[in-house]
Amino acid sequence: MKQRSYLALEGITVEFPTKAGSFCALDRIDLEVEKGQFVALIGHSGCGKSTLLNAVAGLVKPTRGAIFLDGELVDAPGPDRAVVFQDHSLLPWLTVEENVRLAVDKTARGKSKAERREWVMHNLELVQMAHAAGKRPGELSGGMKQRVGIARAIAMNPRVLLMDEPFGALDALTRAALQDVVMDLQARLNNTVLMITHDVDEAVLLADRVVMMTNGPAARIGEDRIVALARPRNRLEAIDAPEYAEARSAVIHFLHERYRNPATLAA
Amino acid sequence: MAPTLPKSRNGGPPVSSGGATTELGVIVPYPEEAIARRSFEPVAAPVHPIVSKARAVIAAILPTVVMIGALLLFWQFLCGSPDATFPSPVKVWQGSHEVITHPFKGVEIGFTHFSIQDGGDVGIAGHVLTSLSRVLIGYSIAAVVGVALGILIGQSVFAFRALDPLFQVLRTVPPLAWLPISLAIFQQAQPSAIFLIFITAIWPVILNTAAGVQTIPAAYRNVAKVLALNPAEYFVRIMLPATVPHMFTGLRIGVGMSWLAIVAAEMVQGGTGVGFFIWDSYNSSLLTDTIVALVWIGLVGFTLDRIVAFAGRIIGRAG
Repeated sequence: MKQRSYLALEGITVEFPTKAGSFCALDRIDLEVEKGQFVALIGHSGCGKSTLLNAVAGLVKPTRGAIFLDGELVDAPGPDRAVVFQDHSLLPWLTVEENVRLAVDKTARGKSKAERREWVMHNLELVQMAHAAGKRPGELSGGMKQRVGIARAIAMNPRVLLMDEPFGALDALTRAALQDVVMDLQARLNNTVLMITHDVDEAVLLADRVVMMTNGPAARIGEDRIVALARPRNRLEAIDAPEYAEARSAVIHFLHERYRNPATLAA
Repeated sequence: MAPTLPKSRNGGPPVSSGGATTELGVIVPYPEEAIARRSFEPVAAPVHPIVSKARAVIAAILPTVVMIGALLLFWQFLCGSPDATFPSPVKVWQGSHEVITHPFKGVEIGFTHFSIQDGGDVGIAGHVLTSLSRVLIGYSIAAVVGVALGILIGQSVFAFRALDPLFQVLRTVPPLAWLPISLAIFQQAQPSAIFLIFITAIWPVILNTAAGVQTIPAAYRNVAKVLALNPAEYFVRIMLPATVPHMFTGLRIGVGMSWLAIVAAEMVQGGTGVGFFIWDSYNSSLLTDTIVALVWIGLVGFTLDRIVAFAGRIIGRAG
């Protein structure tokens, strides 16, 4: 029998019941991710990327198929699959530190109070947010909130880090700063990451592998491309590398030639 | 090269006086008349912070005070004639200054308790305190039961379908309509008044709490799922804090409604309380006393509302 990959999606089909009968969002998706690999999922709006990520998170139950993480069947949400949500989803009544602390308390059972506090502050330092530990999310800018969202996720020491368009709501410069944070974290922690994005450059810059999805309904994986850039990466070195341009061009051809945005096709 | 009049920088009319030509261009002097026009306002002497604070307070309060004064004058003007059917402010003072100036007659107030002389001549504050104690008991029960029921129907679709229609119908029943039922159940004035408060105040608490629970953003629920919070943790860490604003909207409406209901209940029931005081003064043709009682009721109702709103803000902030 073949050895399963670290994260294995096997024949994932997701159908949603609607008034007009069942709607098939994902059709028999197979995806294998190795430990420490950074995979970007890219595709047009409505192609079911979020549904796929939510299935791995356990927030959506696949109609058919199974997901295995480190050999174990995934069938419910859990802190071993931390999610960085697009809207950051920090709890506004808790301070930055308390938001991260909530996650640490759930995952670092058996550690002393001082150790947990230290771990919270360490993770806030990794995203350069330790200075705002006592602030509430309402007092922070969008980019700072998302930094805290990332800190909360990595503080859980997840087996796989799921990022659902983490920088979609940020302006271009803030987005670049956050991408640098993610590159830095990836260099230090070597997490297994599944990230959804709309941004070709973001996908190519951050990911070891770009998985391109066809347009929904019944979306499938259209192309799966390795980005052969060495890690750790650096933005300026990366964008000048021929591998970067190649991968970027491949993704753009996929998105704008083979599978054009359904919204623009109609127009 | 013939000397030309320097042009002003923005292409305006040439300036007649001065104007040195440098390598970079012409330096145009600032026009004399413009210098003359410039006025330098003397900088205001610094004001002590207490003074500026006091000014702000006066500016905030002054319109209210002026308006009340104007209304009193208008009222006096309308009802000042000797054959007016409604007493003027002056008559209110003449007829009821005893009630106004001695509100605590027959009342003993300690640190932790108060006692009101049984029967006889009790000041208006005594009646208000009696009413308030009834409201406090009835409202507290309504707050606890209402929040619990609200969370129940907010959380469980089954409970919502089962109970919501019932609540929607019952909440439209006017408080006074409950009085005969209440009297029939409890047989006594005190518990039936408390029940009346309870049954009046509970509906907005239930419905607003339920709405709060139902509208907890999916984002927070997803966070709870990913963190695998157990039901108790979810309740304390997510549901309660997320629902507090709605809850306090309901509690605020509830406290206002219970204050409305107590007066009505005491009017019918008699004995003690501010409602009884109104009814009693009306029956004794002491309309001026009624007017004083109205002012008291308004001020107490306003204070209750502010207290609940304040509590909501404090708790919302503490999270």
